[in-house]
Amino acid sequence: MRFTLNGAPAEVEAPPMKRLLDVLREECALTGSKEGCGEGECGACTVLVDGMPVVSCLVPFAQVRDAEVVTIEGLGGTHPLQKAFAELGGAQCGICTPGMIMAAVALGPDPGFEEIRRGLAGNLCRCTGYEAIYRAVQGASA
Amino acid sequence: MDLLEPRSLDDALGMLRQHAPLMPLAGCTDVFVALQFGTETARRFLNIWGLDELRGIDVRDGVLRMGALATYTELGRSPLVWEHLPMLVAASREVGGMQIQNRGTLGGNIANGSPAGDSLPVLAAADAVVVLRSLDGERRVPFTEFYTGYRATVIRPDELIVAVEVPPVEGAQWFRKVGTRAAQAISKVVMAGVRAPRPRIALGSVAATVVRLPQTENALAAGSTLEEAQRVLRQEIHPIDDVRSTAAYRLRVAANLLGQFWAETG
Repeated sequence: MRFTLNGAPAEVEAPPMKRLLDVLREECALTGSKEGCGEGECGACTVLVDGMPVVSCLVPFAQVRDAEVVTIEGLGGTHPLQKAFAELGGAQCGICTPGMIMAAVALGPDPGFEEIRRGLAGNLCRCTGYEAIYRAVQGASA
Repeated sequence: MDLLEPRSLDDALGMLRQHAPLMPLAGCTDVFVALQFGTETARRFLNIWGLDELRGIDVRDGVLRMGALATYTELGRSPLVWEHLPMLVAASREVGGMQIQNRGTLGGNIANGSPAGDSLPVLAAADAVVVLRSLDGERRVPFTEFYTGYRATVIRPDELIVAVEVPPVEGAQWFRKVGTRAAQAISKVVMAGVRAPRPRIALGSVAATVVRLPQTENALAAGSTLEEAQRVLRQEIHPIDDVRSTAAYRLRVAANLLGQFWAETG
């Protein structure tokens, strides 16, 4: 099946009902997307499909046919959000971080504080208390 | 697990006729959770996510028509929904988080039939109509007659929900969901109301299905005081204790929500 993965054409064979999260981690060897809950509650597996954040644990592989999928690896490690999370304490244990960053990417440049709170409401973090994450998202636009 | 991949709505209806039962898959925000929990009994699925005929939101002759695949994100951003059914905008913005709003669909919320479904009290209070289609044609079912019991509906195995139609709603619309937190939480009680000469009130999470409250509506329409109407409401619903809340809490909150609805729309 063909789709676009992190900007490059991809052709991957996998069962159509396999979770996108598992295809990314197992077939594509992209292990940045994490499985937290597996039921769409925690946001750790967030990726962009056609520019919109979705939880990849609730997406069957068949539904990304011809779509553009972007994972945390697609940001290349140098994205302003990645730097800000590292420098401003937005990441502690790190499990929620890829999903947080992908949800934050979808907010676009310079989001307002309420926009950030709302945009990240689908992502759970058990370390930071969220304030450092909000600071990092704001810091990335500074 | 088998997944059938129709190329058009007619193709999908043909597959349903030939291969039913099939579980339609739209945004998968309920079905994939059930698969993960091991509670989903279906093993053959129909991928309708790509059927553009089921998308789109428009108004014809004053009737708001929302395609079954309209996502919460689309509903929450639609100028037509803002204009005609603002209580659905409010409901859509409180479903899950952004990730769920990008995938969850109106048709899916109806088909899943959870008593806690966020959009369902809105559709009940709006006197919405569910448009079902099979190879034999379309039929329209009033939303208030759509459920026959807990997660049981009138939908036949060869039918798909294709759209929801909402006739013009006169009066101020109101919605509130009460849960443990704003996002990613299933409601303990959820209410939608329309403040018209005959008020319309619907509640979720207090019965096996979403319910309208005709006795409470009648009391208010007849000029009862709010306190009298709240007494009627407490007699009219029979919520249960469950993992999310208690019957006593739900009764109290439902009565309080009626008060808030009345105060904020008066």
